Amino acid sequence: MNHPEESHSVGLVTPLVAHFEEPLGLTCGRELPAYQLVYETYGELNAQRSNAVLICHALSGNHHAAGYHSPNDRKPGWWNECIGPGKPIDTSRFFVVCLNNLGGCHGSTGPSSINPATGKPWGRDFPPMRTRDWVQSQARLADYLGIDCWAAVIGGSLGGMQAMRWSLEFPQRIRHCIVIAAALKLSAQNLAFNEVARQAIESDPDFLGGDYQTHGAVPARGLALARMIGHITYLSDDAMANKFGRDLRSGSLGRGEANDAEFQVQSYLRHQGSQFSGNFDANTYILMTRALDYFDLALEYGNDPVAAFRHARCSFLVISFSTDWRFSPERSREIVNALIAADRPVTYAEIEAKEGHDAFLMPIPRYLDVFRAYMLRVGDCY
Amino acid sequence: MRLDLSHIQRWIAPGSRVLDLGCGDGVFLEFLRDQRQVRGTGLEIDQDYITAAISRGLNVVEQNMDESLANFPDQSFDTVVLALALQAVNYPDRVLEEMLRIGREGIVTFPNFGHWRCRLMLGLGGRMPVSGFMPYTWYNTPNIHFCTVKDFENLCKEKGIRILARDVVGNTKRQPMLSNRWPNLFATTAIYHITR
Repeated sequence: MNHPEESHSVGLVTPLVAHFEEPLGLTCGRELPAYQLVYETYGELNAQRSNAVLICHALSGNHHAAGYHSPNDRKPGWWNECIGPGKPIDTSRFFVVCLNNLGGCHGSTGPSSINPATGKPWGRDFPPMRTRDWVQSQARLADYLGIDCWAAVIGGSLGGMQAMRWSLEFPQRIRHCIVIAAALKLSAQNLAFNEVARQAIESDPDFLGGDYQTHGAVPARGLALARMIGHITYLSDDAMANKFGRDLRSGSLGRGEANDAEFQVQSYLRHQGSQFSGNFDANTYILMTRALDYFDLALEYGNDPVAAFRHARCSFLVISFSTDWRFSPERSREIVNALIAADRPVTYAEIEAKEGHDAFLMPIPRYLDVFRAYMLRVGDCY
Repeated sequence: MRLDLSHIQRWIAPGSRVLDLGCGDGVFLEFLRDQRQVRGTGLEIDQDYITAAISRGLNVVEQNMDESLANFPDQSFDTVVLALALQAVNYPDRVLEEMLRIGREGIVTFPNFGHWRCRLMLGLGGRMPVSGFMPYTWYNTPNIHFCTVKDFENLCKEKGIRILARDVVGNTKRQPMLSNRWPNLFATTAIYHITR
């Protein structure tokens, strides 16, 4: 684990806030009158402003991708394994920007923010977000920071979907697109998992139709359950077997022992769930899963991903993980094949990893090697 | 650069599009990019080679050409290169057909099993040939489909593949005369420029 004072960490970081007064037209037809985005940066922007890299976060991520907020933090930012001096996204070469997306619950305008029209929290009234809306708001953040063109836009999972959307929405503003453990669109199975997660939240009596905040309630049980379901799908069968097996935390399965036995995996999931529900907003979780569900890269290009990617002007790196069944290598190969057919420069690596979808956050040696090798190329084309 | 690669680069037009099947560490595609302004893509399955090729700034796709090349559109490349890999694939005939579906032209190089040393080792020694050039034992080799110059030319005839040019590499500097005159006997590596 890296600590703030260690050489491969970006060290202590402070979140920044950008305010936007110009209304943002959304895909749903509504408009966000004014909003704020909270973000962090690591490394230095060079004089040509050509070394900026945008990190897009996944479902439950936020702007805190690397480093520590205080020396007492137990854990660093969520992608600390990949961002820092000497790491694949090398902060001694790149100016790294990571923001909390609109609709989030870590400082950017979202369902728990105050709606200026009512003076009360937005709650369920917060407009639904699409990946495209995030990309538009990220482009405004780029304007605000004086960045005309990203050296790379990078994301895993839902973040990879934003990176792909960038390549189509702003082809002139992105030189490299790095798509990790993502898909052109969700499968029916994926949609189903997200629906179960939302149902878990909405059926919590404390959800109050999404109005829980004004009533001082928190649908913690529903949110924890949603997270538990999600968490299972981010791990592989093998990873769970290795980590927990059938180990008991308490009780016994022996004959004549009447006490209830509890498996390690049960308490682990409950811990994950309750920790998450203390740090995350239920309406944001619903909004994020919907954005994930509605993402369909090629929908507005005649459902043809090849036609879609013909609009891109950047080079692509696509990475998948062998045991990821939520965003399987097959889904990544669909991206790669569409890029090949569209005659776009693409590099693809399928990483052998036992960790499932979560592998994209892990320090897997070959993954870091491939990532680092590609980022050298991103750095060379300043 | 490896001898077979230095021979084939003259058949690749400046600025053309090249697909290198089994691109290894990418040294050839790098040369073509830097010296011939070629737009190249490499296919590779070896992990270390893939990382090395990415480090050279090349586009490399992790894909097994033996399973399928169907994701590459018809006639989407000017030249498809298969250098010293024909003998290592499960279906050499299918790969050849795919090469000429994807590319206008193909370039194939392979170790010639008809070389006199191979014949001597097998014919007189009674053992499968092992040499500096083919260093593997029969039971532990990636090379599962050895052929000779004659075999390859017969296959091309069967498949209606036109041979635009043939080149050979002998095993010593004194032998180019011999290997050009009797390639099936004296070529260690055979090099073909093919098309439909």
